[in-house]
Amino acid sequence: MNAPTGIGARVKRKEDQRFLTGTGRYVDDLPLARATYAHFLRSPHAHAKIKSIDISAAKAMPGVVAIFTGKDIADAKVGGLICGWVVKDKHGQPHKSPPHPVMAVDTVRYVGDTVAMIVANSHDEAKDAAETIKVDYDEKPANVDLAKALDKGATEVHAEAPGNLIYDWEIGVQADVDAAFAKAAHVTKLDLVNNRLIPNAMEPRAAAAEYDKGTGNYTLWSTSQNPHVLRLILSAFVLGIPEHKLRVIAPDVGGGFGSKIFCYNEETMVTWAASRVGRPIKWTAERSESFQTDAHGRDHVTHAELALDKDGKFLALKVETIANMGAYLSTFSTAVPTYLYATLLAGQYTTPLIYANVKAALTHTAPVDAYRGAGRPEATFVIESIVSKAAKELKVDPAELRRKNFIPSTAFPYQTPVALQYDSGNYPPIIDEAIKIADYKGFEARRAEAKSRGKLRGIGFSSYIEACGLGPSRVIGQLGGGVGQWESAQIKFNPTGNVQVLTGAHSHGQSHETTFAQVVSDKLGVPIENIEVVHGDTATTPFGMGSYGSRSLAVGGSAIMKAADKIIAKGKKIAAHLMEASVADVVFEQGTFKVAGTDKAVPLGQAVFAAYVPHNYPLEELEPGMDENAFYDPSNFVYPAGTQICEVEIDPDTGVVEIVNHTAVDDFGNIVNPMIVEGQVHGGIVQGVGQALLENAVYDKETGQLISGSYMDYTMPRADDVPSFKLGNKVTPCPHNPLGVKGCGEAGAIAAPAAVMNAVHDALAPLGVSHVPMPATPLNVWQAIHGARAAAE
Amino acid sequence: MTIPVAMTVNGKPASGKVEARTLLVQFLREHLGMTGTHVGCDTSQCGACVVHVDGRSVKSCTMLAVQAEGAKVITIEGLAESAEKLHPMQEAFRENHALQCGFCTPGMVMSAIDMVKRHNYQLDEATVRRELEGNLCRCTGYHNIVKAILAAAPAMKSAGV
Repeated sequence: MNAPTGIGARVKRKEDQRFLTGTGRYVDDLPLARATYAHFLRSPHAHAKIKSIDISAAKAMPGVVAIFTGKDIADAKVGGLICGWVVKDKHGQPHKSPPHPVMAVDTVRYVGDTVAMIVANSHDEAKDAAETIKVDYDEKPANVDLAKALDKGATEVHAEAPGNLIYDWEIGVQADVDAAFAKAAHVTKLDLVNNRLIPNAMEPRAAAAEYDKGTGNYTLWSTSQNPHVLRLILSAFVLGIPEHKLRVIAPDVGGGFGSKIFCYNEETMVTWAASRVGRPIKWTAERSESFQTDAHGRDHVTHAELALDKDGKFLALKVETIANMGAYLSTFSTAVPTYLYATLLAGQYTTPLIYANVKAALTHTAPVDAYRGAGRPEATFVIESIVSKAAKELKVDPAELRRKNFIPSTAFPYQTPVALQYDSGNYPPIIDEAIKIADYKGFEARRAEAKSRGKLRGIGFSSYIEACGLGPSRVIGQLGGGVGQWESAQIKFNPTGNVQVLTGAHSHGQSHETTFAQVVSDKLGVPIENIEVVHGDTATTPFGMGSYGSRSLAVGGSAIMKAADKIIAKGKKIAAHLMEASVADVVFEQGTFKVAGTDKAVPLGQAVFAAYVPHNYPLEELEPGMDENAFYDPSNFVYPAGTQICEVEIDPDTGVVEIVNHTAVDDFGNIVNPMIVEGQVHGGIVQGVGQALLENAVYDKETGQLISGSYMDYTMPRADDVPSFKLGNKVTPCPHNPLGVKGCGEAGAIAAPAAVMNAVHDALAPLGVSHVPMPATPLNVWQAIHGARAAAE
Repeated sequence: MTIPVAMTVNGKPASGKVEARTLLVQFLREHLGMTGTHVGCDTSQCGACVVHVDGRSVKSCTMLAVQAEGAKVITIEGLAESAEKLHPMQEAFRENHALQCGFCTPGMVMSAIDMVKRHNYQLDEATVRRELEGNLCRCTGYHNIVKAILAAAPAMKSAGV
């Protein structure tokens, strides 16, 4: 018997064959005849006026085809890059929206800002030519330190945003929260910095474009997570090429984690220049360019306070955050520290009153936008850090304090004080399972054993909630989002019975070719090998929103279910005709239409064939063909939740933190392919561990130089930085989508930083250490230990 | 000025004219059109470009094409006997879901095969993790890569590869 392939089966991936044999096709792999190669000259300064650019020597360099500067773009009236989410400040005013030119015209605003584009016959020649371009800069003071970016007198990044303030936004009623604090038995206070991260998908961003003079059509191959949205932005706002004359293809894409959602200047320039050069243009970022110019993530400075009553019940939470936007507003930057952050501050708890104030600040650094989890890791870090700190201060068990405040399973749907309505969940069994897997009861014995070896052992909890499956369009619109958040699907049968499933979602590692095929196989009874999932090409797939925010299965999968329902409905009519039965009597079971109570049966394949060769077919009532479209707009977000428990050992002499155990128990609703879900969790955890222990995007606070600008300086997690993980799962199906699924892509990264940092603080508490900044590098840990020792003396 | 270079790639003769500065990975990708070997960084850290040169794993971004003159080079494209019969390491990666976006995969697989052979088909988890120091993956968290390599070691031994 064949291995099961339907929903719930651990199906091996369809996409693996090509990736394992070197036959994947990423943007840089495209063979384009007569291609030219682009290189971008970047600003070496964080802030400077451009006095002049001399390209005369560069133009004469071997192989150079064309050189473009910001002035060429301005003269051609190319639009600026846009921010697609309007956040209204606490006075109801839209956020400040400084211009974001495709290439710098007279001012550069971060190290890596784009100054010129060189197109040559080879990449090396383009780079050689770039070195001969003379740019006369007038250097200006840079505003780099986020904590001081909004201070009076700080250097302004844009005149359009006085004082560097993009918005001053709030949620909740401050007076109510203050009143609750006045009555609190205990208040826990926390100051933290959520460290800035650089996404580092292993495939660098790349773009290639071709212009067909005969038809006037452009084709752009881009490392995009959402090719339709990229085309929409380029067409409607930036380049003005009509959508039907621009085809965007995102072929195999090597990871995204958010950084490939956005519309960047390089893909814009490559497309724009393709028609001017008259030959295809290819560009692939070098890793150093990725470090400098991919949109970065996180970067918050936060003060939080939690009020508790005498029994340890949370009364209120207040949070003040300054969020770094960088030098320009990236595509969805404004939404991340507001609607994807502050709305999550209830976490898994019944905290009745919450107030958050978020100020978004400009600095002379790379733009900051969504990165795996996008706002939700920042929220979880605040909540789960302060809850663990409160438990320490009150000398209560951190699991008990969490349990005491969990939203009870009977309270769903649960309206939080910060806008969201959680649809479903059951948190206590999750933490119980995590405690069992992590052998929490045995921890103190392990701590004592570690102590006998001179090691400090600590344990940390993190119970997260996230809102994902973006999202209900009406809500997104009310919150200022510029797009709908539905997803599309098309199920297209061929006459011989095999199927193409076209989706507007995009896979850059998520395995849609397998999981979406499982869904269709399960629903329609078609063997999985006869199903091909197609994505990533605006010319072949229906308009869709792409993949981010753990939305593909919850929203895109639901669209597929809707399209499959239409296939079944049409098939029933055909089968009824073929069986000379009433449609009402036809049922569909395991790929076959049957008339209940008889032995009459028509396999789906036969109905499909009849639809394409309609010799015996109800043509008067039914169109031929078997090809159905669906669009699905979710009625709510989905709310995955879980608990991670991290156990660390710290060497007090060196400050080195070792993760010795890490457990994650999640509720992702129904699961289509457990193997793939586990893989998503593993990867997410390691990105979270990276933030907690290793990764930090560091700019020199005076010069604005990116100090951590390569893999020699920016500490990516490696295999020997992490252990193997222990996973568990609980299921409360999502009540509002047809698959009952929630999202799993971001959870690991959302929960892990707090789990790790709580473990670090637990390990160091006996030494009197109250705060270690994230990442808990050996230096930071060592300094915290020695700071505490000095304070004690 | 170009320099002629000739080597054997996946058992077949390959030659071309390259600049002195042309890297082996550029020669493979741009001259031979063998794009299975990837470039993920510019500092020889990520390992996406690992190939075998005369039986040893090498980061092909760290070697000039002319340095491979006369060498026997094996890339990810040259591992499988056929589309149906993958190398045991490739098979183990598939069985254990050791890849997601696939970009680091060619280098991971090539490094892993070399690792297994150098350790005489006997590995434990700590050794695998330490040996993967030169290969970055951002998707899998390494968990399933480690599992795959541990599973492939005995499979390679019994397959005699």
